[in-house]
Amino acid sequence: MLAHSVFFYFFSVIAIFSSLMVITSRSTINSVFFLILDFISVGCLFIMVGAEFLGMIILIVYVGAVAVLFLFVVMMLNVAEQKQSWFIGKKSTHIPIGLIVSVLILLELLVVVGGWKYKSNLMSSSSLNFSDISNTHQLGLVMYTDYILFFQLAGVILLLSMIGAILLTFRQRKGVKKQSYLNQISRNPSSSIELRNVESNKGVKIDD
Amino acid sequence: MMEYVQTLGNEVYKILFLLVPILVSVAMIVWLDRRVWGLVQKRKGPNVVGPFGLLQTLADALKYIFKEIIIPASANKVVFILAPIVTMTLALVAWAVIPMSEELVLSDINVGVLYLFAVSSLGVYGIIMGGWASNSKYPFLGAIRSAAQMVSYEVSIGIIIINVLLCVGSLNLKDIVLAQQELWFVIPLFPMFVIFFISALAETNRPPFDLPEAEAELVAGYQTEYSGMMYAMFWLGEYANILLMCAMGSILFLGGWLPIIDIYPINIIPAPVWMILKILFLFFLFALIKAIVPRYRYDQLMRLGWKIFLPFSLVYLVLTSSFLFYFDKLPKGNF
Repeated sequence: MLAHSVFFYFFSVIAIFSSLMVITSRSTINSVFFLILDFISVGCLFIMVGAEFLGMIILIVYVGAVAVLFLFVVMMLNVAEQKQSWFIGKKSTHIPIGLIVSVLILLELLVVVGGWKYKSNLMSSSSLNFSDISNTHQLGLVMYTDYILFFQLAGVILLLSMIGAILLTFRQRKGVKKQSYLNQISRNPSSSIELRNVESNKGVKIDD
Repeated sequence: MMEYVQTLGNEVYKILFLLVPILVSVAMIVWLDRRVWGLVQKRKGPNVVGPFGLLQTLADALKYIFKEIIIPASANKVVFILAPIVTMTLALVAWAVIPMSEELVLSDINVGVLYLFAVSSLGVYGIIMGGWASNSKYPFLGAIRSAAQMVSYEVSIGIIIINVLLCVGSLNLKDIVLAQQELWFVIPLFPMFVIFFISALAETNRPPFDLPEAEAELVAGYQTEYSGMMYAMFWLGEYANILLMCAMGSILFLGGWLPIIDIYPINIIPAPVWMILKILFLFFLFALIKAIVPRYRYDQLMRLGWKIFLPFSLVYLVLTSSFLFYFDKLPKGNF
């Protein structure tokens, strides 16, 4: 048990420290790196609890995909300048919205933790048997039977938001030349070479 | 307390027993790669240092160790030094779950496939960090290219892995190999094997998809500013990743440590030898492709990943699952 608690405190100290660094560090890129460290240590904590599937999914989805996008955005955009204009400029609408969201999340956390406190048999009253079968099997059994509607709805919402994001950035521009692989491959000499007799001192007009 | 020290020592011993052969075989594999490349082009390849040139990589490594490590003045020093360490660590950490035979595996975890997938998707950080911290335009462009490429091809690798998992019914790498005792998955899932192989090429930035380090456009991509041992670490990590992808391919499709046919003269060859032979076979294909295929253009690469491989593997997923469902072959779990 000693090794277990040593590792638990190791990962949780890293998680708390790095989440503090995310909001306090001056450079945005360091914030993102600390966020990644935070995700990784939270994933390790999940694995220590025995939720190995969730831990791995956190690593794959958050660290392997979402945080890469964060890094991309931070590296490509000039975030420092943006930040300056938010905090120095007077008409900042971001801070109140951020405050509202964080208060809401805090309230939700309080409700969840409080529920746990007042209904302590919540875990044991579940119909699932936690010891016999592996974590992944349990999730699969619940997700595709009891919660199939929510699961599918979440998928549809994600798909919709993806299509929405594509539509928002999609812009049809005129005069852009596109390569068609089919045309490029199916070219042959008779369709692409034309022989013309050119009169001297007069050019030939070639249409595009 | 004594118990803990003993367990710890035991684990360290086991880890060293795994790591040292991997590092040696990475060195040998670099030699094999250059040798195959040379032979395809009617050159001899490295053949001077040691017998058949086998010690060439060691000589190169020695050279790298004694070279000076130059850190650019405008680089972000911490991230710059961290990047090759991250690359190499992640490439070696993944080997913990690879089973060389039924008993010979460092940690036999329930979610082995997910672990491999997670670690290989973390590999992109070494490259992004190296490219960004160099504070120079070629490394940055190379890093961005490489990150986009790796993220895109991971998606199709994920769906290919789901195809295999549907036939197995478990995320454990041992179970995946044992499920292939009657029929290797390369036969029913042959198109998936081909796509997996090509995606593995793209995932490890090997030619013909070595756009992050396309010499003509980007000098040496994200490695441009690196020198000495730090460059060598990137390089070791890259080859360890390639070996890992070969091991993954042989576990998922070529039956891991299982012999080709289970009859007398063939099945006395020990299991790890089969595994190594299969890894070497896949690596030979990697090396051959490096020599014979010209580099892709970047838009072609992205088109291949998103518009061809992704839809194709999704359709194949539907086909596999409907086949398994219709003929009642879905794996029944032990619960």
